[in-house]
Amino acid sequence: MNTTLASLPILEVPMSLVLPGEVSDLSEVTASESALRGFLHGLPGVDQVGAEKRVATLSTRSIKKASKGFALDLAIRMVDLTTLEGADTPGKVRSLCAKAMRPDPGDPEVPAVAAVCVYPDLVATAVDALAGSGIHVASVATAFPSGRSSLEIKLIETRDAVAAGADEIDMVIDRGAFLSGRYGQVLDEIVAVKQACGAAHLKVILETGELATYDNVRRASWLALAGGGDFIKTSTGKVSPASTLPVTMIMLEAVRDFAQLTGEIRGVKSAGGIRTAKDAVRYLVLVHEIAGADWLHPDRYRFGASSLLNDLLMQVRKQASGTYWSSDRITID
Amino acid sequence: MMAATRLAVNKTYKLYVGGSFPRSESGRSYEVTDDKGRFVANAARGSRKDVRDAVVAARKAQAGWAGATAYNRGQVLYRVAEIMEGRRAQFAAEVAAAEGISDKKAAANVDAAIDRWVWYAGWSDKFQAVAGTTNPVAGPYFDISTPEPTGVVAAIAPQDSSLLGLIAVLAPIVVSGNTVILVTSQTRPLPAITLAEALATSDVPGGVINILTGHTDELSPVLAAHLDVNAIDLTGYAGTDTTELTVAAADNVKRILPAPATEPAFLTPPPGPRRILAFCETKTVWHPKGR
Repeated sequence: MNTTLASLPILEVPMSLVLPGEVSDLSEVTASESALRGFLHGLPGVDQVGAEKRVATLSTRSIKKASKGFALDLAIRMVDLTTLEGADTPGKVRSLCAKAMRPDPGDPEVPAVAAVCVYPDLVATAVDALAGSGIHVASVATAFPSGRSSLEIKLIETRDAVAAGADEIDMVIDRGAFLSGRYGQVLDEIVAVKQACGAAHLKVILETGELATYDNVRRASWLALAGGGDFIKTSTGKVSPASTLPVTMIMLEAVRDFAQLTGEIRGVKSAGGIRTAKDAVRYLVLVHEIAGADWLHPDRYRFGASSLLNDLLMQVRKQASGTYWSSDRITID
Repeated sequence: MMAATRLAVNKTYKLYVGGSFPRSESGRSYEVTDDKGRFVANAARGSRKDVRDAVVAARKAQAGWAGATAYNRGQVLYRVAEIMEGRRAQFAAEVAAAEGISDKKAAANVDAAIDRWVWYAGWSDKFQAVAGTTNPVAGPYFDISTPEPTGVVAAIAPQDSSLLGLIAVLAPIVVSGNTVILVTSQTRPLPAITLAEALATSDVPGGVINILTGHTDELSPVLAAHLDVNAIDLTGYAGTDTTELTVAAADNVKRILPAPATEPAFLTPPPGPRRILAFCETKTVWHPKGR
């Protein structure tokens, strides 16, 4: 069952990037601002038309029957069930946690999600509600979503969330600094936040909707990986466009090449704008084709979503019963 | 010199879903013949997934349509009649070809169909007054019951009366604020597609009326079992056994307008808003009486 998607034929053999100057050790490129700039600007440019075309081709792939069942099940296990609203209350977070543990109360076969993602002040509530379930608690931090605050405040917020029990931290990069070319500053911030995380996993949000070009997405991906991010994440969900397939593809390439270069395994999280099971399956095809079947695991790929889960549940029920379902019959939160 | 001959420009008949005209997702089509068995056109043969897409479109449009004022819905439906009036000749020719009736009879049929729109449009701000009640209750309350649209409705159009019967089924469903997925007559679908073109150029919002052509027996079980469809009109199954469809619909507590023993002539409107109320729920409100 769990090899059906992985056993699909690979139509295009993943090609590795050619890294500038035969870089073998990333500590060299992070040693100085000019070396860093030289490395990032030396990364091969992204062929925009080619990238979009490849994604469009992969999106047409039809996933049916047992493979679809596997994909839906995997997608549910990869969901970071998220609520990041100003109006969040402890009650809402508790009901979200209940849903995270048992997404479909009518069907014990449906797995739990990967994590619950909340604002720092609600971490303790989520930790309490999820105790013993094995579901991770992720917290956004570092002046989410804009990241416009001093490093000191960002570090305090991170430590605060970790102390409250968050075992995953979603930080945002300083897009202002990145876009004005102060790569060293962005890198230092990531390194400092990573340190403040301690044992907690760090996801670095690139906010690709604000990075303007695919080349920038590739640079930011490498920068975040070099800084020690365990995951690179597309978006906050607060900026449009949020996650797109081409952007996710570029980030998956970076993670794949990083693993090839350093032997370290990192993950990717696509967040924002993924609302239907169909979309989710397209992302999974991309993960499989770009990064490889090894990345089809909640430790290596995640969906940041809220409404996606309900559509996945409806599709699971459709697969089981053969009839189309109504959103009226699935809990809203 | 030879007279210039024109290349034939044949019309592609498509589905009508969410205000646009897609081909069937399945890519299939089927031959439509006239009453003598001569080929007329290829119509799109809708599939299970076309049903799914149509239900999504209908559900999306439902709140907005039900939220429009009764007066506005009446105006919008009257406008459909206006636009059909401009296409009377086209409708008459298609009805005559499909049903094998005389041109005169077909024209009368089209007139009756247009009049039926107008008749139902007029009901939009009246049926609630006719069917609603204030109930005498044992307490200091105003107690008011009023019919409200049930939501998304599937309609299996009559198999013989290709335009008049179809409108007699369709208009009462939408006038109260329901949205509809209509499965046309299997053998006579072309007037329905022309109606879709009239709807697309009228003021009816996309998704309120969705029209699927294809094999009735393939599409109706999907609609009957679909959990996001609130009611089903089985008029198109006149005189046939609908036990399986009824069981499938009952499984998800759908409202059912059962198939009649024979297909009615539809020539005159029914005596009152019976068909409208078949797709309404009764809402009852209790309000404390002041002193």
